[in-house]
Amino acid sequence: MPDTKIPRQAMPKQRPKERIRNFNEVALGFSAELAQKEAERCIQCKKPFCIEGCPVEIDIPVFIELVAEGDFESALAKIRETNLLPGVCGRVCPQEEQCEIVCVLSKRFEPVAIGRLERFVADWEIREGKMAVPEVAPPTGHKVAVVGSGPGGLTVAADLARLGHKVTLFEALHKPGGVLVYGIPEFRLPKAIVARECEILEKIGVELKLDFVVGRTATVDELFEMGYEACFLGLGAGLPWFMNIPGENLVGVYSANEYLTRINLMKAYLFPEYDTPIRVGERVIVIGGGNVAMDAVRSSLRLGAKEAHIIYRRSRKEMPARDEEIENAEDEGVIFNFLVNPVRYIGNEAGRVKQVELLKMELGEPDASGRRRPVPIEGSEYKMDVDTVVVAIGNGANPLVPSSTPGLETNKWGYIVADAETGKTTKKAVWAGGDIVTGAATVILAMGAGRKAARSMHEYLTTGKW
Amino acid sequence: MFRIVERQRVNPEVNRFVIEASIIAQKRQPGQFVVFRLHEKGERIPITIADADAQAGTITVYVQELGKTTFQMGRMNAGDEIADVIGPLGNPTPIEKLDGEVFAIAGGVGSAEVLPIARKHKEAGNKVIAILGYRSKDIVILEEEFRSFADEVYVTTDDGTYGREGFVTTELKDHLEKGRPIAEIIAVGPAIMMKAVCDLTRHYNIKTMVSLNSIMIDATGMCGVCRVEVGGETRYACVHGPEFDGHKVNFDLLLKRLASFKEEEKISLERYQAAVGAQDA
Ligand SMILES: Cc1cc2nc3c(=O)[nH]c(=O)nc-3n(C[C@H](O)[C@H](O)[C@H](O)COP(=O)(O)OP(=O)(O)OC[C@H]3O[C@@H](n4cnc5c(N)ncnc54)[C@H](O)[C@@H]3O)c2cc1C
Ligand SMILES: Cc1cc2nc3c(=O)[nH]c(=O)nc-3n(C[C@H](O)[C@H](O)[C@H](O)COP(=O)(O)OP(=O)(O)OC[C@H]3O[C@@H](n4cnc5c(N)ncnc54)[C@H](O)[C@@H]3O)c2cc1C
Ligand code: SF4
Ligand code: SF4
Ligand code: FES
Repeated sequence: MPDTKIPRQAMPKQRPKERIRNFNEVALGFSAELAQKEAERCIQCKKPFCIEGCPVEIDIPVFIELVAEGDFESALAKIRETNLLPGVCGRVCPQEEQCEIVCVLSKRFEPVAIGRLERFVADWEIREGKMAVPEVAPPTGHKVAVVGSGPGGLTVAADLARLGHKVTLFEALHKPGGVLVYGIPEFRLPKAIVARECEILEKIGVELKLDFVVGRTATVDELFEMGYEACFLGLGAGLPWFMNIPGENLVGVYSANEYLTRINLMKAYLFPEYDTPIRVGERVIVIGGGNVAMDAVRSSLRLGAKEAHIIYRRSRKEMPARDEEIENAEDEGVIFNFLVNPVRYIGNEAGRVKQVELLKMELGEPDASGRRRPVPIEGSEYKMDVDTVVVAIGNGANPLVPSSTPGLETNKWGYIVADAETGKTTKKAVWAGGDIVTGAATVILAMGAGRKAARSMHEYLTTGKW
Repeated sequence: MFRIVERQRVNPEVNRFVIEASIIAQKRQPGQFVVFRLHEKGERIPITIADADAQAGTITVYVQELGKTTFQMGRMNAGDEIADVIGPLGNPTPIEKLDGEVFAIAGGVGSAEVLPIARKHKEAGNKVIAILGYRSKDIVILEEEFRSFADEVYVTTDDGTYGREGFVTTELKDHLEKGRPIAEIIAVGPAIMMKAVCDLTRHYNIKTMVSLNSIMIDATGMCGVCRVEVGGETRYACVHGPEFDGHKVNFDLLLKRLASFKEEEKISLERYQAAVGAQDA
């Protein structure tokens, strides 16, 4: 029986003092008992708003009821009908802004912990040593190329493979998963979970071609010459942004992409057992206030930094990072510097960064984004000694595919122009979705875009109509 | 997995490898490179494609032993497999019939990197003059290959044990002073050598292209570690280069950035050598 008097179950976590010494997952997940208790809180709304809040429209009340009944296998199957990556989304979705914010319980109580339950059933399957492989329609004989193995590309590959199309997934890096493997750290998303999802893809017949850089190893047009009939571009973000202030190319100033790639994809936290190094030093500052900045600053503590700072030009209220991640960072001892912005970096003779000059800001009128614009306070500059700087202010678009694909239109920021409903680009038989279309967004939005594109691609493959 | 078909030590510090990588072999053009990752725990390192055999589906590279990864590669043999070979990467060198001579200048293992570019210039109908510089006689490589097609070949050694004593710039200066009709210079080698060439040719106002060997990871334009300053602007060597107008390159910055991980590289190499030594004993 649903019971709103049960409080929202807290997630067991590693204690901050311990966890900043390892890269193991921070949030330990629900036990079956906790999960069932939490699931009982759901009042099984007749008109479930939560579903509308989920970009892939998981049938949330039904899966939660199955959890409450202890039928975890069916719960997982229910989720998998619309979401390929429950173990990932349950961990990294900004649930507090999506499915949970609209949960009716949140008006008077706390919302049902939908994401945590989703994660629980995905983890349950792993613990049970099971692997449900979806059914696949008979082969259609159509060949599809999916470029990029981030959440967008993975979704398209899975959806089309299940419909019986022959899918090849091309990935530039040596591991599949996109940001899920090179960006988001192990302590927030264990890489084994991503690897497992990719294994399922292979089981349903998707061919994975790693080390294949589309635009270099073969162009999109060459993929068509090779016999692929349709192509999805899920390239993700590229070319990290810098602020174009003096000293940004000093040694010790990393883009967040470089910093996190060294740590996650190349496992620099295990150097010298792994060959790729990283140098952190005693005081690290991370510029930015998003999830990427939180991942970088929390990684710094785990790499031995004595002090890890966030430098953010607005106030805590405006920070785009998930609340949960900000709280985790606070608990771990990250120092937050609000209303400051770097103006230049100062190096030593070896060209290594030694100091940052910061300028204080105050909040002015709201800008286009609706957030109050930071305004510099004249003459408020001060210096801070630093060993490492990580710039986490976002990414532009990677030029490799657009510049080698005639007929593929991009907008003024270099992002690929694609129809919001179908994912169709300006080039026939080419679709795009995820960060390469929207700019940096979320895992679930990339998956949502992949799902829509897959639908449109299937229609094209079966009717021939563009 | 990519199989090594051939490995040959061409001098005490450089090995030549022929590696199966059929798509890359068909696709590559002069000026492009690959990224290797030797094994699961390995680093990703960029290496220029010196030659390729499209029919056999192989590429040829010359790798100088500098640190852990290149030393480890030097211990691999025919039949061994490399976990990852990614490419071809970087922009191909633009090559066309020019009005004047092309000087191909190389330092050390840079001669393997200049070779395909010089050859293509010759095929495009240009007169090609090669100046190859080495520290000493025992590390001279590829001289015969250059002699087989180049119109003139000059070799210098720092210590005078072979060819002319001095640096590539010693030789180049003579040609510049003679006022030879040079249309373009392409220089590849250690950053310090490319800088010296550019400092010299700047006074003569001769177009000088250099191939920048910045540290790289993904080499697809995602991480930004390869950033260099060209004409005061930040560029990414892997997607915007690796070739740039040498007169505009901030070589001091490149040199400093190349030394980013000096201490860690030392730890890594010593650890590897200790382990390998123990194994041998
Ligand atoms: C550090 C970090 C933390 C984040 N945290 C969260 C979070 O907590 N919650 C959340 O919802 N979102 C988070 N995000 C955002 C989220 O990860 C992205 O929005 C999402 O991954 C975008 O998916 P995608 O499919 O568009 O591309 P990506 O995940 O970027 O994957 C693109 C893939 O395409 C490959 N590729 C690119 N070009 C080529 C080419 N030419 N040929 C072949 N392959 C190519 C790339 O190598 C990459 O593997 C985070 C992002 C970062 C960087
Ligand atoms: C586009 C490009 C093409 C290249 N082509 C060749 C080639 O054809 N043959 C060849 O032998 N080498 C080439 N290099 C250099 C090669 O990548 C490095 O020598 C290699 O990465 C060193 O790895 P390591 O682990 O053995 O040494 P590390 O331990 O990483 O470094 C040892 C020393 O090498 C220097 N170094 C580190 N990384 C680089 C780098 N990317 N480039 C230059 N020096 C570096 C360091 O400053 C250090 O002093 C190329 C580099 C680039 C960017
Ligand atoms: S996929 Fe994300 S938004 Fe949808 S239910 Fe799961 S956690 Fe909520
Ligand atoms: S809105 Fe909340 S309570 Fe209602 S069905 Fe969805 S999760 Fe359950
Ligand atoms: S090597 Fe990563 S962007 Fe060039």
